[in-house]
Amino acid sequence: MRIYNAPSIIAGLLVLIGLLTFPFWYNAGDVVAAPEPSLDTPVLQGLQDKQCIEPTPYMRSKHMELLRHWRDEVVRKGKAIYVASDGREYEMSLQGTCLDCHSNTDQFCGRCHDYAGVEPGCWTCHLQPEENVP
Amino acid sequence: MLTMLEKAFTGSRRYWAWLLLLLILTGAGLICYLWQLDRGLSITGLSRDVSWGLYIGQFTFLVGVAASAVMVVLPYYLHNIKEFGRIAIFGEFLAVAAVVMCVLFILVDLGKPSRLLNIVLYPSPNSLMFWDMVALSGYLLLNLVIGWNVLESERNAVPPPRWVRPLVYISIPWAISIHTVTAFLYAGLPDKHYWFTAITAARFLASAFASGPALLILLCLLVRRFTRFDPGRGALQKLATIVTYAMIVNVLFLGFELFTALYSRVPGHVHSFEYLFLGLEGHGRLVPLMWTFVALAVVALVLLLNPRTRAGETTLAAACLAVFLSIWIEKGLGFVVAGFIPNAFGHVSEYWPTLPEALISLGVWSIGFLILTVFYKIAVTVKEEVGQ
Amino acid sequence: MKMNRRDFLRTAGVWVLGVGLLPLTDVLAQGARPQVLPGREALSAARWAMVFDSRRCREGCQDCILACHRVHNVPDIGDVEEEVKWIWTTSYEGAFPGRQHDYIDGLRSKPFVVLCNHCANPSCVRVCPTRATFKRSDGIVMMDYHRCIGCRYCMAACPYGARSFNFRDPRPYLDEVNPDYPTREKGVVEKCNFCAERLAAGIPPACVEACRDGALAFGDIEDPGSEVRKLLNSGHVLRRKPELGTGPQVYYIV
Repeated sequence: MRIYNAPSIIAGLLVLIGLLTFPFWYNAGDVVAAPEPSLDTPVLQGLQDKQCIEPTPYMRSKHMELLRHWRDEVVRKGKAIYVASDGREYEMSLQGTCLDCHSNTDQFCGRCHDYAGVEPGCWTCHLQPEENVP
Repeated sequence: MLTMLEKAFTGSRRYWAWLLLLLILTGAGLICYLWQLDRGLSITGLSRDVSWGLYIGQFTFLVGVAASAVMVVLPYYLHNIKEFGRIAIFGEFLAVAAVVMCVLFILVDLGKPSRLLNIVLYPSPNSLMFWDMVALSGYLLLNLVIGWNVLESERNAVPPPRWVRPLVYISIPWAISIHTVTAFLYAGLPDKHYWFTAITAARFLASAFASGPALLILLCLLVRRFTRFDPGRGALQKLATIVTYAMIVNVLFLGFELFTALYSRVPGHVHSFEYLFLGLEGHGRLVPLMWTFVALAVVALVLLLNPRTRAGETTLAAACLAVFLSIWIEKGLGFVVAGFIPNAFGHVSEYWPTLPEALISLGVWSIGFLILTVFYKIAVTVKEEVGQ
Repeated sequence: MKMNRRDFLRTAGVWVLGVGLLPLTDVLAQGARPQVLPGREALSAARWAMVFDSRRCREGCQDCILACHRVHNVPDIGDVEEEVKWIWTTSYEGAFPGRQHDYIDGLRSKPFVVLCNHCANPSCVRVCPTRATFKRSDGIVMMDYHRCIGCRYCMAACPYGARSFNFRDPRPYLDEVNPDYPTREKGVVEKCNFCAERLAAGIPPACVEACRDGALAFGDIEDPGSEVRKLLNSGHVLRRKPELGTGPQVYYIV
């Protein structure tokens, strides 16, 4: 097989690959520390047992699934109470339950989401506690 | 495949200038669309009473144009009308461009376009919009595959692969289905008197089979003017006959609706017509436009029914333009708006598209014509090469 | 590893089948899921319905509207064309177009409260392409704002004009925000939800609670002993556009 205009085509391809991979090599070598979500809120300070509704590793990796599950149960099935794996009960409410403790959404939610480059659309409808609103 | 695509990248200065113009218009539409994304649909003329307007009207009109490809495909493949062999590909590629515009018009109409895929993620067979999505995407695929393969075999001077023929047969009822489903989108809604009539689907098909082939005639005339390929006088005259019959039926159907409304005097049925043609409660924004529709329809019918003017190319072109514009007014705007008037409380609130809304629509049309130009360029070059 | 065509097809087939079966794993895994329960105090009914008594409604009173719109963060857009409203008043002719005659002097000035009818056979639910609007088993027609794509097909389908579209971001148009209820966002359709969130907490709808004249009643229409059921026999009762077969569940005593 012969490629016509091989030099310019190959040069073009190289430029394209370079541009596409730009973000990778531009950031290569930069060390960005993994964010620590802040737990410094008045409610959390006052808690004896700083345990979320489920164990921390589960919350860390599955909180989005849990929230989606809550959303569907509340909005679509009319349920209201979540029974955690240890038997404790919680109202299924982002604003009413989660943000009670995690009132520092910018520090708690925002830090990780920024780091991971995800933009959950929660706050266009759900209200953040006032201290987070610029 | 690549060698066919290549043909779109060589062309005269006029070809490139035309593409540039389309790109500029697309860009203008895109800028307005970005503005709409930021500000919401408040930048349109839509309201809580007239919640669909130009976008959905254009969508409806273009589904008709897409469906009308069947008016070339059916005679050619089922009745062996040889003249259409030369232009079948143009009908199919017109359908492709039209369906793409349809999808884009739905997209720009959505309040939350980022969630478009929810239609697929939560399929809801009870919604006609779900079926419209199924019908349109299937139709797009059919026409792309058929058109491309037929053209490729034409270039290689071999008959199309055997498996293309069943697809062609499927595409015929499929074309009817896309416009029927679109009509059902309207005709199944309670209390929208102007839409809630069994003849809506029939009207849509009639107006589609007039406006689509009329556009195709105009496009063929342009192809002949600007390229060395001649679609053939026979094909155009056959298309003109189709346009004539379809336009007669289209106007008749509207007449049937008028009779039912005006003779029965049932208020809900009369009001929409009154609004369109006379104005209702002092509101008559669409009145001049609707009388333009009437005038154009009359001109079109006179020119089409007279054998001499139908045979003459200039007069035929004028007739086709009149058909296209009249149906564009009636179906692309009047039909949708009149369904919302009067509103659920018996009041009239009017609609008129805003400038950004019009520019976004123009942008979508430009994208459609960009696709159409590229596809036609490829088809014409192939046909020029094989020396038809 | 070299893969021939047959192997490739076989692997691809298994893969596609696997993806197809994925939803099943959700179903099978459900046994392990933590439990969810209805609210302890939640009010329940076979079919929720509302009765509006025009004999008791006071002209010029806005209590029910203000209460509802405050509780649900309904914005005051200030532009009639883009208005967002869950409950409002209209005239007799507006509520019952085609049912008026020229000599209904007594009724003409009376306000009629209108809202979503929570139809037994809702056309909005039928047309929704994503099931973002749906009917619950207790008859409430709900909106899932997370799922709405803003196509406004439901607005065209609703014969009562009960649905509002957020043509723009509603937040700047809220004077005060109720922190216990979300707002909506630009691009979704919204409407009355019969206060599903309050029923779950055991309290009656905000409009009913706010009415000081007892013009609004709310309850289980299928319960023969309920207040709404008794009210239906206390006067001449109309529903809006019953001829359309939507089965509206807001009843009007004229």
